[in-house]
Amino acid sequence: MSIPIIQVKNLCKTYENEDVKTKALRNANFSVEKGEFVSIMGPSGSGKSTLMQILGMLDRSSDGEYFFEGKNILKFSDDELAEIRNQKIGFVFQSFNLLPRTSVFENVELPLLYDKTPDKNNKKKAMDALHAVGMEHRKDYLSNQLSGGEKQRVAIARALVNNPEVIFADEPTGNLDSRSGLQVIKILQKLNNDGHTIILVTHETYTAEHAKRVIYMKDGEIVADDLVRNRRMAENENGFLK
Amino acid sequence: MIFLSPIKISLKYLLAAKFRSFLTILGIVIGVASVIIIMSIGQSAQALILDQISGIGSNLIGIMPGASDEKGPPATAMGMVIKTLKYDDLEALREKNNVPGISSGAGYVTGTDSATYKGNDLTVSFMGTTAGYLDVENTEVESGRFFTEDEESNFSRTAVIGKKLTDDLFYGDDPIEKTFKLKDQNFTVIGVLKERGSSGFGTSSQDNTIFIPLKTAQKLLLGIDYLGYIRLKAENAGDIPSVMEDIKITLRERHNIDDPSEDDFSVRNQASAMEMVKNVTDILRYFLLAIGAISLIVGGVGIMNIMLIAVNQRIREVGLRKAVGAKNYDVQIQFLMEAICVSLLGGILGIIIGIVISFLIAVAAQALRYSWPFLISWQSIIIATLASIIIGIIFGLYPAIKAAKISPMEALRYE
Repeated sequence: MSIPIIQVKNLCKTYENEDVKTKALRNANFSVEKGEFVSIMGPSGSGKSTLMQILGMLDRSSDGEYFFEGKNILKFSDDELAEIRNQKIGFVFQSFNLLPRTSVFENVELPLLYDKTPDKNNKKKAMDALHAVGMEHRKDYLSNQLSGGEKQRVAIARALVNNPEVIFADEPTGNLDSRSGLQVIKILQKLNNDGHTIILVTHETYTAEHAKRVIYMKDGEIVADDLVRNRRMAENENGFLK
Repeated sequence: MIFLSPIKISLKYLLAAKFRSFLTILGIVIGVASVIIIMSIGQSAQALILDQISGIGSNLIGIMPGASDEKGPPATAMGMVIKTLKYDDLEALREKNNVPGISSGAGYVTGTDSATYKGNDLTVSFMGTTAGYLDVENTEVESGRFFTEDEESNFSRTAVIGKKLTDDLFYGDDPIEKTFKLKDQNFTVIGVLKERGSSGFGTSSQDNTIFIPLKTAQKLLLGIDYLGYIRLKAENAGDIPSVMEDIKITLRERHNIDDPSEDDFSVRNQASAMEMVKNVTDILRYFLLAIGAISLIVGGVGIMNIMLIAVNQRIREVGLRKAVGAKNYDVQIQFLMEAICVSLLGGILGIIIGIVISFLIAVAAQALRYSWPFLISWQSIIIATLASIIIGIIFGLYPAIKAAKISPMEALRYE
């Protein structure tokens, strides 16, 4: 068996705010293999976003171990984590987080600017990523001229541009109408079919059921970890029905 | 990317809030513009003053009656009348055997009295001087001639007049060969001096002065037998120290002085006067520069303020950049480059405005007939550019470090 792309052991996160300690994550144990599509599901405050931020290396755990591609990332410096985020991880956020007053193309190109390896074809990579989400016709638009669904597709293109191992999507449909949301899910499923590992954070069962596996969380703990029996495929659905 | 992209980004943000950006860079603009203007005016004023002094001639050596401290004013400036300097002293000093480095010399006495021509009654300054005047003072006759060495001492009643007196006294007529009265004595005009304009020490009113032979002025008009002062012109500026020494030796010999501390005369040269003026204007310039520097610092504080606001406003952007792989260093460089761009933009605007204002000042001064040169030194532009970059670095560093320290998770969560 190959090394899992993500493996966590007894992962804990405690926030300390004015001497009040909040345990946002308690003893999480699981692993994710390459090519999986995992939903992390739970009500708000369940710790799913905290888990995703630690997995995405935006934050560090308070305790436990986290192996990414078999390497213990707790030992890595902030700059080394930044490099892993740049090379191996893509993010899609609920609120898109596109740079304002900046063209679609430049937004997608952004991660490549922080890639210090020479010999790269930024323009082609960015155009390929835009093509994958069907947004190449909008490449010269400014980000604020786009609709919500279009913004999220650009954000996915940005997450894709470095051909990452894992794409983390944090409530990617949360700010979208159901039709645009479905389109975003459809793209994520297509990317997964193309071999990308996807971790989707959501509080909606409906959205979570588009993944292959769902990790349920409650009060900072993983309460269930199941394969999805009747997986929803976005391309077979009508966006107006939920 | 490290350099180009932040410039693009900062220009984008600057242009997005034009008025705010303008206010931000205003401090730098004013600071840099004032530095440029001050340096320009300082240089021009110095050039003007030095030009006027050297118009008299930097090879000049002045001999005043009465002892004086090197740096203090001559005794005669206090209103004292000292009678130790005589026409014979001048003659001795003009003697090549005594002072070899001298090319020419002139003795002076001055007075004020009324001049009359065809009912036109005018109070004028007159100067009794010798034939060497033209050479010593670097001036020329416009028409007619100056008086000769013979006329110096033969009580000739000839006069050479300053250019302005042609109009003021002679109704604009050609004054040559005309006779007028000075203190009830008849004088005949033999020459008119070229117009000189206002100028430095002692000759400020050459254009309004009547020049008459030295002995004539001493005996007929003033009733004295001593000289006001003597001016000698050295052949080479480099010889001035040795020439001054020769002058002292000659005069001590003539006045029977053994101990130099008992000198009844003082010898000075124009170079030291120029040095003095230069020192004074330099001090003034540094003082004004300090004021310019203060306004630059105020401008820098404005930049720090706006950068701190920018870091707060763009905290999500910082989070996003970090999420997609920006290292702390990348974020720090970005904000630092933005601060430098803002500051440098202010600096460039300030330089342009400073040059324009300096030019307008020069035009205005020239319109007032000052020989005011328009001078912008490369140094001042380089200093201003460097200063604005340094201000950007100093005042941009703290906000940039602050931005770099933001945790990506907290930044992305920030509402």
